[in-house]
Amino acid sequence: MLNNYNSIAQPMWQNGPTPGAFYNFTGGQQQTQKLPKELTTAGPFGTKRSTSSITTGSSVLGIRYDGGVMIAADTLVSYGSLARYQNINRVFAINDSIILGGGGDFADIQSIKRTIDQKMIEDQCYADGISMKPKALSSWLTRVLYNRRSRMNPLYIDVVVGGIEQDGTPFLSNVDLRGRAHEDYVVATGFARHLALPLVRERKPKDRDFTAEEAFELIRKCMEVLYYRDTRNMAQYTVGVCNATGTTIDGPCTVSENWSFAATIKGY
Amino acid sequence: MNLEAKNYSWKMFRNLYDNDTTVWSPQGRLFQVEYAMEAVKQGAATVGLKSKDYAVLIALCRASETETMQPKIMPVDMHLGISISGLTADARLICQYMRTECMSFRHSYADSMPVNRLVTNLGNKMQATTQRYDRRPYGVGILVAGYDDGGSHLYQVMPSAVVLSCKAMAIGARSQTARTYLERHLDSFESSSMDELICHGIQAIRGTLGHSHEENAALTINVAIVGANQPFKTFGEEENLKYLDMAKLMGNPVEEADEAKHSDDDLLGQGPSATPDPENDEDASIATVASTEET
Repeated sequence: MLNNYNSIAQPMWQNGPTPGAFYNFTGGQQQTQKLPKELTTAGPFGTKRSTSSITTGSSVLGIRYDGGVMIAADTLVSYGSLARYQNINRVFAINDSIILGGGGDFADIQSIKRTIDQKMIEDQCYADGISMKPKALSSWLTRVLYNRRSRMNPLYIDVVVGGIEQDGTPFLSNVDLRGRAHEDYVVATGFARHLALPLVRERKPKDRDFTAEEAFELIRKCMEVLYYRDTRNMAQYTVGVCNATGTTIDGPCTVSENWSFAATIKGY
Repeated sequence: MNLEAKNYSWKMFRNLYDNDTTVWSPQGRLFQVEYAMEAVKQGAATVGLKSKDYAVLIALCRASETETMQPKIMPVDMHLGISISGLTADARLICQYMRTECMSFRHSYADSMPVNRLVTNLGNKMQATTQRYDRRPYGVGILVAGYDDGGSHLYQVMPSAVVLSCKAMAIGARSQTARTYLERHLDSFESSSMDELICHGIQAIRGTLGHSHEENAALTINVAIVGANQPFKTFGEEENLKYLDMAKLMGNPVEEADEAKHSDDDLLGQGPSATPDPENDEDASIATVASTEET
């Protein structure tokens, strides 16, 4: 009722005839809903196969320690097997209490990051001193990604969301393209899930959280392992840190590579 | 139009401009909106006040053998509730809207909705009804009590879509007495304990009871509280009586005789309730200029 200036004709009443269009008189079967073109055109891109990613970021690793969270990701965005963009920061400071590391299709990461930035601006516009918390952002992301997946048009991303809650407790979670969310003291995407998670879990003290030094040392070690073993990684990475004093993105750090052992390797 | 003016000249001048919400008066007033504010004054009084950690709502509910209790206090979410004065049907709709907003926020963000954002959205929704020819303003005033990351909150939302953040407020019939009591004790609320806060609220609302014994018998005082580690809760009969007794030990409420100097209206710009006076219709329009509702 408010928008009377559309150029496409509206139905005369709900489910009623639209001037200029065909009207399905009752009695027959329900007309199947017309899917958008991108889901009906055949072909490898722009197509029915909306579940492929094109330019991708590889692993992201997040570790929760007693004073906050750290999220690390290398600075490579690949184009298939080509190491195309080699200086891309994939860890973002969302606001004073949230950091986000993005893996998966990088265009989708940039798209969701833009929407999140708009949300931060909305928060500022309210000017009530209330800013979004990491758990709220993680929950919102889960809803959006699950909704997209249910409509067969996913955002092909795997993100790590971390930060400090209102009461000072650190929060870390991983949300993937299907809207599956998981909260833990260590989360990872991509190859880090296979290589880094067991490493960190093995070193977790049973009765307490990590300290900041332990967490950073683990990140350093894991990035090193990932560089050696994940073929879509590179030796340069950035680390986002969120603690009570705020958020910073440190880096780029470099893996201290040493290939002298390569000559001794036989087989895999 | 001339014919109409001739017929109604004995009535108040302002009646020419009160047929539609979308018609301004020459003094720059929207009479339909102001009439809607009158509807709030027809409802039984309700009082809200807050301390650092708690926000409390007290309401006078009409109860008699023949009628069921009209709901005055409505919980909206775990951290937020409202108390109403005016058209219950409109209040029900507003309450449903607020509940849906809170629920939707919780579904998306797994967190309670910040109180001021909810009332801002509500204010914007209510404003739309004051600017369309095919809608009318909601005829209910509400007090919103909530607790979120920013602490305790108390808001007053009126049919004019004015949203005010308050430390203490009373609306409804004879609420001026309650407001006077609240003003007198305002400085003590911030550091009050939960019990003290409730007692202050009860004392405030007792002043609005009036002297008619029949009416007293028909009205019961209901209390609701929300705060740090305290989800929104409406007290049951036992607790109500307990606090009522506690409050009586505190002292006397403001007497209505004291209020003869103050009119029941306008000190907070809530709109006029002047009755039409055929003999003095020329003066009437000037006399009511002071009470415009513009903020």
